[in-house]
Amino acid sequence: MTFETESKRLPVALRTEALESILLERQLVDPKVMDTYIRMYESDIGPLNGAKVVAKAWTDPEFKARLLEDGTGAVAELGFKGPQGEHIVVVENTPTEHNAVVCTLCSCYPWPLLGLPPTWYKDPAYRSRLVREPRALLAELGLSLGDDVEIRIWDSSSEVRYFVLPERPAGTENLSEEELAALVTRDAMVGIAKVAAPA
Amino acid sequence: MPAPQPSAVLDVDGPAAPPRSNGELVFAEPWESRAFGLAMSLNASGVFDWEDFRRQLIAAVAEAEREATDDEPFSYYRCWLQALERVLDAGGVVSTEQLRARAEELDARPAGHDHSHGHGRGDEGHDHHH
Repeated sequence: MTFETESKRLPVALRTEALESILLERQLVDPKVMDTYIRMYESDIGPLNGAKVVAKAWTDPEFKARLLEDGTGAVAELGFKGPQGEHIVVVENTPTEHNAVVCTLCSCYPWPLLGLPPTWYKDPAYRSRLVREPRALLAELGLSLGDDVEIRIWDSSSEVRYFVLPERPAGTENLSEEELAALVTRDAMVGIAKVAAPA
Repeated sequence: MPAPQPSAVLDVDGPAAPPRSNGELVFAEPWESRAFGLAMSLNASGVFDWEDFRRQLIAAVAEAEREATDDEPFSYYRCWLQALERVLDAGGVVSTEQLRARAEELDARPAGHDHSHGHGRGDEGHDHHH
């Protein structure tokens, strides 16, 4: 097909922009809805590795004990390690204690477990506010914690990468490890969300 | 407006599966995520059938894998965009001619864009970052 062959030669970014502009004009797409879909699918599977660690900790008390004692070693048992995952300290969320992770100096991020850092993680405003006013920022992010819940913010560094073990949601007693892993989100493992029970 | 729901299940393995890192989608450049978002929201609003798109994608991937060279390596989202263009052309939504005309219009914008005057059609030598 002649046209197609020709259009293939146009830069892809330009072709995409042209397509979007025509579709916008005809109101066949809405940029906000597009963004929602991009975000939804970006994490449709989620950070699998970290989620597996969490699900195993929820179902295997001995693994959980090892994980809290020596995060690096326990995570390596599952075969997860990498250039930025060497020193992992796992902090556990409970009904009275909530942990969240930040890195105020750089953007240290345990990516072998959590996938690539989201853009907001590198945002200076997010980093400084999570340290200064964690309760307010978490509430803005959709996580309202009662005054009786103590909030601890862990500052990741090049030496130590923190990883949050979220609370296992109620009503998941009958789920398999694999089903549990599917519930765990990246946000929960950074400590800016809880793991929701399946709908 | 109700919250958007996933309307299609992305392949996890095989030729139509998008690149992922630790489970998450990876977009190397902004246009890739735009092309992704376009296809997903058009599919959700029923503009095309997901299976038609998926078949085009698999065909485009097979073609691109054969044609990939060192100078122009395989790009998954290039195939994605091509599949989207084909499915929209076939469905009479946006024809290849319309798309081409719009792309040339946009390409001819003078100010604020990082390209020089006087280039011909098919010039691939510049980027459009937005």
